[in-house]
Amino acid sequence: MRMIKDKTSIDFLGPTRRKTAMAISGLFIIASLISLATRGLEFGIDFTGGILLEVGYEEAADLDAIRANLVIEGYSNAQVQRFGSENVVLVRLPPQEGNVDEIRERLQHSLQDGDEKTVLRRVEFVSPQVGSELAERGALAMIVALMLIFLYVMVRFQWKFSLGAVAALAHDAIITVGFFSIFGWPFDLTVVAAVLAVIGYSLNDTVVVFDRIRENFLTLRGKAGEEAMNISINEMLARTIITGLTTLLVLVALLTLGGESIAPFSIALIIGIVVGTYSSTYIASAIALMLDINPQDLIEPIKDASLLDDLP
Amino acid sequence: MNKYPVWLNTLVLVILIAGCLLALPNLYGSVPAVQIANNGGSEYDNERLQEYRQFVEKTGVTPEAAYIQDGRVVLRFDAGTDLAPVVLELKTRYGRVANIAQTLAPKLPEWVRNAGLNTMSLGLDLRGGVYVLLEVDMNTAIDTRMGLYEQAFDDSLREAKIRHRLDLDDRVITIRLTAPDDLEAARTVIERADGDVLVADGTDGKSLTVRMSETQIKARQDFAIEQNITTLRNRVDQLGVAEPLVQRQGVDRIVVQLPGVQDPNEINKILTATATLEFRLVDQSGTEPGSRRYPGRPGEDSQVLKRKVIASGDQIVDAASGFSEGRPIVSITLDSAGGESMLQTTMNNLKKPMSTVFIETRREAIKVGNEVEYRDIKTEEIINTATIQGIFKNRFQISGLRPGEAHDLALLLRAGALAAPVFKIDERTIGPSLGQDNIDRGFNAIRIGFLSVILFMVVYYRTFGLIANIALLSNVVFIVAMLSLLQASLTLPGIAGIVLTIGMAVDANVLIFERIREELAAGAAPQTAINSGYEKAFSSIADANITTLIAAVVLFGIGTGSIKGFAITLMLGIITSMFTAIVGTRAIVNLFYGGRKLTSVPV
Repeated sequence: MRMIKDKTSIDFLGPTRRKTAMAISGLFIIASLISLATRGLEFGIDFTGGILLEVGYEEAADLDAIRANLVIEGYSNAQVQRFGSENVVLVRLPPQEGNVDEIRERLQHSLQDGDEKTVLRRVEFVSPQVGSELAERGALAMIVALMLIFLYVMVRFQWKFSLGAVAALAHDAIITVGFFSIFGWPFDLTVVAAVLAVIGYSLNDTVVVFDRIRENFLTLRGKAGEEAMNISINEMLARTIITGLTTLLVLVALLTLGGESIAPFSIALIIGIVVGTYSSTYIASAIALMLDINPQDLIEPIKDASLLDDLP
Repeated sequence: MNKYPVWLNTLVLVILIAGCLLALPNLYGSVPAVQIANNGGSEYDNERLQEYRQFVEKTGVTPEAAYIQDGRVVLRFDAGTDLAPVVLELKTRYGRVANIAQTLAPKLPEWVRNAGLNTMSLGLDLRGGVYVLLEVDMNTAIDTRMGLYEQAFDDSLREAKIRHRLDLDDRVITIRLTAPDDLEAARTVIERADGDVLVADGTDGKSLTVRMSETQIKARQDFAIEQNITTLRNRVDQLGVAEPLVQRQGVDRIVVQLPGVQDPNEINKILTATATLEFRLVDQSGTEPGSRRYPGRPGEDSQVLKRKVIASGDQIVDAASGFSEGRPIVSITLDSAGGESMLQTTMNNLKKPMSTVFIETRREAIKVGNEVEYRDIKTEEIINTATIQGIFKNRFQISGLRPGEAHDLALLLRAGALAAPVFKIDERTIGPSLGQDNIDRGFNAIRIGFLSVILFMVVYYRTFGLIANIALLSNVVFIVAMLSLLQASLTLPGIAGIVLTIGMAVDANVLIFERIREELAAGAAPQTAINSGYEKAFSSIADANITTLIAAVVLFGIGTGSIKGFAITLMLGIITSMFTAIVGTRAIVNLFYGGRKLTSVPV
């Protein structure tokens, strides 16, 4: 079966296409950054510290009654919402004054409201101190990953590719996180993990195309950088789409079946993979092209004498 | 062309069989079991196994299997057996010497167990349980030690008949001498009492300052952590939890993991409790230097108590709760030093009153502006004051406790006091129902994700797709095998990692197959196309996988908790998929197509 014609010759990197792509990406990035600056992120208690309780009720839960009970106990700043089903309620509180064990017991008491069949499915308490540590570590992980990847691509390819690749990854990370900011989706540690996985995936995509570009630079001599790159992207198009598709297939399964607590993770990955697939072509390759990448950049320094003999 | 040498085929086969064997234990379900660990820490032998087995059989239920694993006795029962009565009987008879826990054990046949094979271990988010991250209050550990030094130096100087006044402020003991001539003598006394402290001359020529050296502070901190870990292990052992984990993390933190615990409230009280006792004489004149007034319990009188501690909680080697004349009591056994001190005190102070002081530290959060700060509240209460009626040494009873309090206090005293208070900074409790939900959902996602990818690959690549599917299935088997072998915990994000791997693992095959198609389209002969497809795709596959691996390794190195679970499965998945997708599929392709005359390639 073929989804893509054997020989496509789409002009991915033509000057107008590139401009359009840059405009679209620029728009998304600006929107993301504006939202991140003004609205920020709906950080989970992993990062802010606080208390979270997931309570399972026998029947559909009455959120107003639960809120009223919590207000009586003095927790008027509690966020109460349904979580995945009518019967499950998630309660979130910012860091509280007092002794945490006593607070947990009071909350538990208030939420159960005398009903034995009400079960506490999950309780999390994170001190603000641990929260800021986790946030720091998350940010550190992203920076370290990007740096290592930059170095790897530089060693394996060339700095122009490296810059293109890292720009594409930053693009993917910013837009993925931007979506979470714009839509106010909960941003927790699993989302950070997902963004890192997106970085890994998007890079995967980029590197595969780069690999082909390098090969074609050597075999299709005489063609300009843009043309050789266009040919490479076209040749890898089927692979790019199929791998993206199988990955999206499993992620949709994870999103629909994996349960509420893993949903933000799945959403981040789905967005990231769509954006990452796009950016491999329109950002990574386009930037390398803008930096005037050419076959000479990729010709290995004299290491292998036999290779040298082949050169014109 | 396209033939693998025999050794390579054999290698692939051996690895496949090993993978299947390692993954095999996970196919058997779990049944109820009782796990018994020796409180002394030493491992159980076969003799004790038989003893426990016979004891259990006498209670009327027969274990379906009984064996020793990691030095612990495991008694396995048929599904649906109600183990509550058995556990109660066992606890009554052996509770003092063994940690008895009700748990689930995989129903592995004997040969699988004997081969040392084991199931994956599930993280707390899948099996339910409590995770607590505790911070040890190092300041208190140092302050307590300075307090002990102060008392020791005071005693030594008094013995040497050197007149002085002592002050402890901000971890510096200042010794002011009445006679400046005593300076050198005092220095000698202190250096003899403890050779490691730093002694310096005061500014006025008739005083000395004493502080702890950096080495001593470091040693004291390490001691506090190690001592706390021991104490926490002891406490946890008394709670009846199977496979508890107590582990140091970083400089001043301790992780406690208690799988299967359903009620965090009870456990939390026991875990972080600092409750301990001190025995002091009542200062009847109320004027002795260093004496201080201690409050009584609500409704009881306060007392002025002497500074000298006769015995304290860390000298208690055993404690048991009970009732005497209908009131709760705790029977105490002191160690030899504590016993000796108690003997001397009771001998010299007959008919004088002695008090038992109950000490507890709690941490409370308070808001200062927008910041949350913590404040440690130390409660000291006299729980009882009694006249010394006779001479006693290391065994005695205390009363004055509220009902229920005696039991917890005895447990805490038995497990040993914490060398420094601990405070919870992170706590996560997953109820058993959510754990099971997470397992069900996670595996459902794996199943459906896997099926859809398999279907797609067969439709798209026909026979070669089928071969890729065999590789994909072996890939999942290998991930499970590696997780079982490494005993790395599988978490919900870990399952997500497996799902993601399934989607991404076919990439290597997609690259290879697309390359074969390209080669065919360029007019290559079938066998040549297969060969160059595999060869030319290799560098792309390697680069692509290594870059993803970089992200996974960083995540593993920097990530915490359940995120590490995601990084582990992602890393394992990348590595195993390289093998299955490149070597595995090639072996199959070579086996079926290698060396034959092909007119087309079914790709």
